[in-house]
Amino acid sequence: MTVPVDARKVGIAVSSIVRPALVLFSLLTVLTGVIYPVAVTGIANVAFAANANGSLVTQGGRVVGSALVGQGFDQPKYLWGRLSGTTPGYNAASSSGSNYGPMNPALLDAVKARAAALHAADPANTRPIPVDLATASGSGLDPHITPAAADYQIARVARARGIDEARVRAVVATCTEGRSLGFLGEPRVNVLAVNLALDALP
Amino acid sequence: MTANATAQIVFYFAILLALTKPLGLFMANVYEGKRTFLSPVLGRVERLFYRAAGVKVDDEMTFAGYAGAMLLFNFVGFVVVYALQRFQATLPLNPQALAGATPDLAFNTAVSFATNTNWQSYGGESTMSYATQMLGLTVQNFVSCATGMACVIALIRGITRKSTPNLGSFWVDLTRSTLYVLVPLSLVVALLLVSQGVVQTFHGYTTSALLQPTVDGDGKPVVDQLLALGPAASQIAIKQLGTNGGGFFNSNSAHPFENPTPISNFVQLLSILMIPAALCYTFGKMVGDTRQGWAILATMTIILVPLVCACAYFEQQGNPGFAAHGVDQVASALQAGGNMEGKETRFGIANSALWAGATTAASNGSVNAMHDSFTPLGGLVPLFLIQTGEVVFGGAGSGLYGMIVYAIISVFIAGLMVGRTPEYLGKKIEAFEMKMASLVILIPASAVLLGTATALLVQAGKSTIFNPGTHGFSEALYAFSSAANNNGSAFGGLGANSPFWNTSLGIAMFMGRYPLAIAALAIGASLAKKKLVPAGAGTLPTHGPLFVGMLVGVVLIVGALTFIPALALGPIVEHLLLNS
Repeated sequence: MTVPVDARKVGIAVSSIVRPALVLFSLLTVLTGVIYPVAVTGIANVAFAANANGSLVTQGGRVVGSALVGQGFDQPKYLWGRLSGTTPGYNAASSSGSNYGPMNPALLDAVKARAAALHAADPANTRPIPVDLATASGSGLDPHITPAAADYQIARVARARGIDEARVRAVVATCTEGRSLGFLGEPRVNVLAVNLALDALP
Repeated sequence: MTANATAQIVFYFAILLALTKPLGLFMANVYEGKRTFLSPVLGRVERLFYRAAGVKVDDEMTFAGYAGAMLLFNFVGFVVVYALQRFQATLPLNPQALAGATPDLAFNTAVSFATNTNWQSYGGESTMSYATQMLGLTVQNFVSCATGMACVIALIRGITRKSTPNLGSFWVDLTRSTLYVLVPLSLVVALLLVSQGVVQTFHGYTTSALLQPTVDGDGKPVVDQLLALGPAASQIAIKQLGTNGGGFFNSNSAHPFENPTPISNFVQLLSILMIPAALCYTFGKMVGDTRQGWAILATMTIILVPLVCACAYFEQQGNPGFAAHGVDQVASALQAGGNMEGKETRFGIANSALWAGATTAASNGSVNAMHDSFTPLGGLVPLFLIQTGEVVFGGAGSGLYGMIVYAIISVFIAGLMVGRTPEYLGKKIEAFEMKMASLVILIPASAVLLGTATALLVQAGKSTIFNPGTHGFSEALYAFSSAANNNGSAFGGLGANSPFWNTSLGIAMFMGRYPLAIAALAIGASLAKKKLVPAGAGTLPTHGPLFVGMLVGVVLIVGALTFIPALALGPIVEHLLLNS
């Protein structure tokens, strides 16, 4: 009886797999852990230099924020953003959601406190509070609020600055983005961009 | 669900299914060693790798050789990731001077990334140096995924071959997966992401002034914001494509530098399910009947789509507890409304629910919203999808071998009904295959239930559960479901960076990966040795609606029966309490 060629290979010699394991691991590490990220960094810093480095916003040579990362606001003259689960709020070196479950008393306390702060800053406003203005974002760094949440605050900001509501509304409009391609994602207002623009108003 | 949510979900699945055939066909050609459009460039690299490693392309492996090579290669990766974390303080590329990880955290992370789970007990920007992220974690993102893809290709070969003990070469399958599929796709996706604002730099973190200064917890003034940066885009691309899911930053794809726009969100969502979907076509192509692949893909899609819609529906309902505080959760022209706790404004309800479904259907586990803060039934959806065993799309490779195991169980049950020996794709399914298939089902299920029970019995487990009441139970159940099924997402409130959780979840991740991969390879090897039996009048066709319905039923019933009691104690009780 002839033995099929393959039958000789049923057992494995450990030594026969050690070299390929070590060599292939090293080569794949160089390829995927060095060449690949370095190549992406190189191309990105030529083609999309600003994006690759954090989409920084500068004023007079000074970095005043990132177009993508929110900052915390609680003065009446500024538009307020989402609540933040980080410590202190909007800590961009340690992102985090609140991770409160839907029945956690701490969640309801946070909503209640935000509602109270909004009412204290603008007692005349008795409209329902848009939900994104009373809840924490996933990252704790959400740069946006909904157009509803911006609209809710326009009267207060205008009053605190002693300017026309129409001027605030115009600033908000310039900092509002619609859905991508008309249907992807959600419409949104960049809070920091609005506040920088408001401070720059003559 | 709003009309826009429906439009976004339909558009997503349309594009996903449109990409399945071209990518699936490409992968079939790659694994069969045919020339592809990338061969002129990558063929040289591939041959160079083999020459250096002493690998011959035609040197095929038996079950023992294939499994042994897979395990040894993964062990090397485990050791390197462990060492990088422990010694990162003394290694270069650590601009923030981060300390070495503790032994239990380093163990957990090393298992996590080797097993394609990518559970994270740590926050990336505050724990891992750039060197660890690139040389350790990014590399594992590639090779753990390639390991899964290799194993399913070996199983498919076992189905198609006859009277041979050989399954192919692990080295060749691993190298080809990485070189021809993962690296080129990652390069494209990474650059698309940077174009949207995902960061990619080796510079250290940068400081920005705060427009309105604030105070920290101790009342000290804070006038600056430290912006965490890093080589993120390159890692995020493979994190999604390789169904890994481990975030560069703590809040994963909710972080604006990790996922800044609806476009980057769409690209990542597509990347999550692209390879698992396309592998179904590859399977059909390799077994010589593409209808078989489409049937599997149809099964996956039929399970996922209603669950995504259910999640979107429940999240859109909002949190009834907010009503007392004058909060408006109704969708309108100016807001998406719904339960926005833990969600980003730019994604709203539709994209958060779609992502939650996709990331847990696949064993991806990245998040763009915090699942811990979902409504009880909205959060049940990702938990349930994980508990189906990560076979609905599942991990790249591991999902398909899991689903093939379910297909084998389905033909077995069908065979019992009519009293015939079951067969699948021309191979008789006998006692050995069924024993292995049972292990694939039983091992993760027992790891989930025993693990959760243990955590709730010991103080070390209970003490770091963050949310009170029944939600705390859900956090523990989610953690073990995620680990033992190699998903990696979390109900993030759980304080998992403790010796108890790091160790027990590490063991669960190990059990959920290697025993299953070995069982799948064993089935492949057993089938490879068999002769082909021609289909007869009594053969159950495995490409039609009848079989798809049967397979959907088996996946749901096995998943549901195992976990419904546990789900009743967690999300279901919470739902009743919240709405009482």
